[in-house]
Formats: sequence, structure tokens, C-alpha cells
Amino acid sequence: MATREEIAPAARVLPGRDSPAAAPSGTAHVRLRGVTKVFTRPQGGGDVHALGPIDLDLITGEFFAIVGPSGCGKSTLLEVIAGIQGPTDGEIEFEGRPIAGGVPDGVGVVFQEDACFPWLTVRDNIAFGLRRSGLAAGERRARVDRALEMMGLTGFAKSYPAQLSGGMRQRVCIARTLVMQPRLILLDEPFGALDQQTRLLMGEEVLRLWRETGATVFLITHALDEAAMLADRIGVMSARPGRLLDTVKTGWPRDRDSRVVADPRFGAVTGRLWDSLRAESLKAMGRP
Amino acid sequence: MTRARHRIALLRIAVLAVAVGLLEALCRTGVIDNFTMPPPSRIVRDLLAILASGALIPAILKTLGNAAIAFVLAVSVGVTAAVCIHAIRGLREALDPLFATYYAIPVLAFYPLLIILFGLGDVPQIAIAFMLGVVAVIVNTLNGLDRVPRVLLKTARIGRMTPLEIALQVTLPYAVPYILTGVRLAIAYSLIGIVGSEFIMSKGGMGFEIAFAYMNFDNATMYPLILLILVVSITANMLLAAWERALLARRGLR
Repeated sequence: MATREEIAPAARVLPGRDSPAAAPSGTAHVRLRGVTKVFTRPQGGGDVHALGPIDLDLITGEFFAIVGPSGCGKSTLLEVIAGIQGPTDGEIEFEGRPIAGGVPDGVGVVFQEDACFPWLTVRDNIAFGLRRSGLAAGERRARVDRALEMMGLTGFAKSYPAQLSGGMRQRVCIARTLVMQPRLILLDEPFGALDQQTRLLMGEEVLRLWRETGATVFLITHALDEAAMLADRIGVMSARPGRLLDTVKTGWPRDRDSRVVADPRFGAVTGRLWDSLRAESLKAMGRP
Repeated sequence: MTRARHRIALLRIAVLAVAVGLLEALCRTGVIDNFTMPPPSRIVRDLLAILASGALIPAILKTLGNAAIAFVLAVSVGVTAAVCIHAIRGLREALDPLFATYYAIPVLAFYPLLIILFGLGDVPQIAIAFMLGVVAVIVNTLNGLDRVPRVLLKTARIGRMTPLEIALQVTLPYAVPYILTGVRLAIAYSLIGIVGSEFIMSKGGMGFEIAFAYMNFDNATMYPLILLILVVSITANMLLAAWERALLARRGLR
């Protein structure tokens, strides 16, 4: 009972509650302050307030997940952190430097959609970013070989993406991100298109990579159990305009795997997430 | 799968053989008199004789050379122009109506004007062939560039690629099967442009020789040259089509 208190409901009354995601400890790897995003419709018809204001600190080396109803601006948040889109207002810092006008070095992103280049082999897809890195050919080959092995793709190095399953293509995209050795990995529903079993196993893969690389991981998902299983902390986003409603600490050990779903505390975490999300999801569906 | 494809290939060859055989029979029995058209076997023999004699080789080289120049220009200028037009939204919107109606313009009608401007040489003919082909390349390249998935562009941005790198390493490679459709059209159009303008007014070339032979009832020259143009155009087109199929198959699209 005591442990249960510690991880879930009690977190609500912890000091972090009002500035929901300010870093409780450690150093902020990514720092967002008052970040908002407003889209102007090109044909007119008013602006769309998609996001924020959001304050959020990602601690160096943590696994942070975001859950939220569909259309709440989760992907927009990710693209703003990645520097793919600029915020309308507010500030974002990555490793102490403001992100402005482009993707900073050391950030890797894996998208939900299949981002393999269909005209390149698996090996060339993975080596795509490395070609421009200025690394020696030997080092590039070594990194690609290692990534192929880590992702279980060694036998498919010469295959084209069209010959692979959806899960394997997603592993190619993860491998392509890994070889760049990013310090911040952003995952935008990377398993959204995969079946449940593959998702669980891919989740374990990501946990293993997170442990081995020491990178900070920021995961966007609509699956509460996925967030609860993978993350150290989980941010719950509201319906549009997306704001952070709550952050939940899971308290899992670093060397966890998908078997945490059997832990009684797992139910407490998902229960609390659903508690915050239910009303927002109804709002997103257009119900009061 | 491959067996079915073999059957289709055999069927196509059979259809072609029957058609040529029928034509041969009609010519030999006199239904089509030899003054109108010699039998196909005779045309092939005449063609071999023309090639062996070498008398028309300069004309053939002039036509194919000019067509090749026009083709290379149409493809290189067309692809480059498409990338630029694609990058500038306003330009794209301004030019769309032109592309939509371009092939309603009889480009050959500008030939006399081009002769006045450049003289009766190769330049006006290459210009006509280029004008015919370039827009097909532009339109098909734009079609391919329009289809590049957003996620690939986002991936390029994460790789912090410059616009030129994105064009050369992401959008153009993605568009290659679509560009090839334009390239095939450009081959046909450059031959049409060159031979057509040689027909109208020229100092030499296959079109000129065909017209000259026609005026002189010289079937032994006219038909073989027509056959040669057909063979060149169809062979080039089929090779490109095979390449296109291979690319699409590799991408799982066919």
C-alpha cells in the first residue's frame, strides 16, 4: 500500500503539481517555457490554437512519455522540440542553447509513418544521415553494422524496404536514428501502425536502446499502457489547445522490461492516467 | 507469375507476327499494290541495303544526333525547371494554366519564325523538338515531386540537409519513376520535332529524305527510313519502360 501511495496518487499533491513538469531533480536537457503554437489557416477562417502554453523540463537521460487525446497537438509539440517547426511564442532550450531556425545537432526523431527511402537498401537507408557526417568510411560501416545487429536486421542489409514488414521498416528508421548517436531521441507514435505483440517487443527494444545509449527519450503515444510501461515520467495533455494537465512518475527501475505490466503499481499508473484523460478524450470527441 | 508474363510476351509477339504476316500477304497478292506499299520483307531488305550502302548515313546521323541533343536539353532543363517551379509556390500557380494548355499549341507553327530568327540550320529544329518535349518532362517531374511523403521531407530536415541536397538525395530520387514517364515522352517528342520540322523545310536529315523520296515515288527509300525511325523510337521507349518497371517493382509498387 505504501509503495502505491508513493508512485501514483501521492504525486498529485507533490510540489511539482502546479508547474506540472518542472524538473524535480537532475539537470534539464530540454527546457520549454510558455511554448505555444497557433496555426494560421492559409484560406482564412481564423487561427487554430494548437498548443500551449506549455512549461516542461526533460531531465538528462530520462524516458518521458506524453499521452493525450487525438488531435491535442502531441505531434506538434514533438516537432517544436525537434526544431522542425518554430513555436508561435515561448522559448525552447536544448542543452542550454535556444532552438531557433532548425533542428539542432544531437537530436534524432522516429516518426509514426514509414520514413524509409524506398529506393535505398536497408543498409543505405541506415547510413543515410552518416553519409554527410564527415566520419571515416570504416567508422560509418562499423556503426551501421552495429545498428543492423542491434535491430536484428543483419540478414536484410541488402533488402529494399518494400520487401520488409511494417515492424522491420520501423526498425530500419530507428536504426537510422541510432547510428547518428543522438543525445535526445524523439519518438512520434513509432509503434502506432504495428500489432500489439510487435508493439510490446519493440517497446522492450526501445527500453534497451535507452539504457545502452544513455540518451534522453521523449515518446508520444496514445496508448496509456505503452506510456506506463516505458516511461519514467508521463505527461498528460489536454484536448486542443494541448496543455500539460498532469505528470505522473512511474518509479520503475532502469533495467525494466515489458513484464512491469504485471506489477500491481502498473494498474495504479494507468488508472491515474485514464482518470486525467477521460474527460479530455470526451472533449476531443465533441461531448461535454 | 513469370509464366504468366511469358505467356503474355508470346501472345504479343504472335499478334505482331500475324499483323506483319497479313500485311505481307496483302502486298504479295496485290490487294495493296506495290506502288502504294512494298511488302514488309522487302522494306527490311531495302533498309539493310540503305544502311550497307552508307549513302543515307549522314542524314540518319543528323536526325538522330539532333534528336539526342533536343532530348538531353529537354530532360535536363525540364527536371531543373520542375525543381525550381516546385520550390516557388507562386511561380507554380502562375504556370499551371500554361502547362494544362501547352499541348493545345501547335508548336510546329512556330517553325517558320524560328527559321527567320536562327536561319535554316539545326538550331530551329532542335528548338522545336526541345519545346515539344520539355513541358512533358516538367509536368511529370512536378507530379513526382508532389507525391514525396511529408515524412521524408521531415527526415531530411532532421538530417539538416540543404535545399539542394534535399532535391538531389530525397525528392528527385523519389520522383524518378514519374520523371521516367516524362523522359519517355521526351524521346518520342524529340524525334517528332526533328523529323517533323525536317519534313516542312530543311537541308537534310531523315525527314527531308523521306519527303524527297515521297515526291519521287521512291518507295525503296521512303518506307525503310520510316521503319528505321519506328524501330529507334520504340526500342528506346521499351528500354526505358523496362527500367521504370524494375524501379517500381523494387519499391513494391508493381
